[in-house]
Amino acid sequence: MLSAILFWVLAVAAVVFGGLVFRVDSMARATFCLLISFLAVVGLVLLVGLGYLGVVIALMMVIEMVIMAVFMVMFMMNPAGLMPMSMFHNTRGSAVIAGGTFAVLAAGILLVDWPARGGAAAPDLTFALGEALMGGQMLTMMTLGITLFATIVATVVLATDRGRYDRLGDDLDASTADDPAGGGVGR
Amino acid sequence: MTLQAFLLAAAALFSIGLFGALTQQSIVMLMMGLELMLNGVILAAAAFWYFLAPAGTEGQVLIVVVVTAMAIEMAAGFAVVTAIYRAKQIDMTDGAAELQG
Amino acid sequence: MTEPAPVLAALPTWWALVLPVLLLGAVWLVLVFDLVVGARAGGRPVGVGAALVAPLRESARLLVGQRRRTLAADALLWRAGGATLPVAAIGAAAVLPLGMRPLADLSVGVVWFNAMEVFAWAAVWLVGWGANSALSLVGGYRFVAQGLAYELPHMFAIITAALGAQSLRMTDIVDAQQDLWFVAIMPVAFVAYLLSTAAMAFWGPFDAPVARDVAGGAAAELSGVDRLVFAGGRWLLFVVAAAMAVPLFLGGGHGPWLPGWLWVVVKTAVVLAALVWLRHRIPTIRMDRWTEISWIVLMPLTIAQALVVALVVLGQGGI
Repeated sequence: MLSAILFWVLAVAAVVFGGLVFRVDSMARATFCLLISFLAVVGLVLLVGLGYLGVVIALMMVIEMVIMAVFMVMFMMNPAGLMPMSMFHNTRGSAVIAGGTFAVLAAGILLVDWPARGGAAAPDLTFALGEALMGGQMLTMMTLGITLFATIVATVVLATDRGRYDRLGDDLDASTADDPAGGGVGR
Repeated sequence: MTLQAFLLAAAALFSIGLFGALTQQSIVMLMMGLELMLNGVILAAAAFWYFLAPAGTEGQVLIVVVVTAMAIEMAAGFAVVTAIYRAKQIDMTDGAAELQG
Repeated sequence: MTEPAPVLAALPTWWALVLPVLLLGAVWLVLVFDLVVGARAGGRPVGVGAALVAPLRESARLLVGQRRRTLAADALLWRAGGATLPVAAIGAAAVLPLGMRPLADLSVGVVWFNAMEVFAWAAVWLVGWGANSALSLVGGYRFVAQGLAYELPHMFAIITAALGAQSLRMTDIVDAQQDLWFVAIMPVAFVAYLLSTAAMAFWGPFDAPVARDVAGGAAAELSGVDRLVFAGGRWLLFVVAAAMAVPLFLGGGHGPWLPGWLWVVVKTAVVLAALVWLRHRIPTIRMDRWTEISWIVLMPLTIAQALVVALVVLGQGGI
């Protein structure tokens, strides 16, 4: 009973705040509506018993949304954003596509004859996940690791416009690097 | 609390995210739409794990993969926005239309 | 990986009411100590009696003070940010073992603690943003930059303690230190943890987000009860994070002669005193400098520390 109430509260909160992301006028509010939607989904993930994953997603999403807010403000034409603004294109077509997607998904969800619940969950789910990632799913974990590393390299290359010649001069012989922000270890 | 209810909520999140990703002109807002779609995928994965295959760990691993995809999407997205803004002062999707047929 | 007996693992539920009171009491004592140390360092010593009432008087003054309003402020986000700070601190304290047992003995206690404390990022940024004031926003951004600097060494430090105990559960971590405190096999992680504690509560040398050069930074436009909530939340977070060093690295309630809860009090007091001393001895460090030190020096050191501890655990036949 309690879990049913929790489920509905959290599910409705996730969907409503998800919708508000594209309705509110302020960039900061949009970002934090998205955060609340994420936290509601975290609540649902905790509700089905995935403690570790739920808490980790919460941890990650708080950090991610704060960084998102910084970029939002950076790339917004109306950053302070309490004034109404509309930045939509192709609203009608998108509504049809999104509505159609939901209709198809909902039809599938309601029509498919889902199999019955099989088996019991491991007593320590966190341990089971760790064992899977370091055992049977090792390849998945390694792929994720390499992809993340490639992302770090690619994003730094994309985002910076300075190379070593900008830092150390044309002959790379400057005694101290010419950086816009000074560092702490004196390179 | 049934599988169908969980999946309907996930589908709703996915569709709202899709709507946002298609309508928003600002590239950062577009990425928020993508995040919302992945949010729905997390919810669906958790529901599938709980209601269909709690004995296995595949559902949990899938959530780990989706969360990683989210982080990569964010990082790569912001890097691309920074790069095209630096090159052409573009911060709207309509401005970046070189690949339009 | 044995599960501790669930009956004894957690404190009774009514401790949920006692916990905030205890924490506020600890905050009060830290404030008094900070005032005494600061006054002595400033060359104008104050009496203990005056120092004891000073925090109470300041709280009363803020309670009746007028709340400042700024033009076109986003009041909702502003207030929500301030309120998040104390809530996150008390949420983090739920897994803090008082003596041997925490209020909630979660199987993922360490991760829960970390998740609660990163809410400080959102809180300080929102407080800085909501006021619609330039200096206050500068403070908010400074904290995000500082957060990016301290968070990774911090995570490696606390995960090293979990690694040493082979469990994410706080009570398991405390039990694993029965014979040997973790600070002995992971000193680097302990130092990194203390530094990140100070940075997380924008304390001591890491107080750039609320520094004087930006007129109080994130807190610049706060007055009255809003300032009380923000400052109280910050102090609570500081006390909780510092107290968490005890179960993670200093053996929790383990020690000779004294009962467990008294050991926790003594050890927490020592950690807090060290951090208060640090605050009055070291000048503010800019976050751009701290970021480089943190990423180039601390992060490799904490990773190496985790590796060493992993080898120790394997050598003892762990997992």
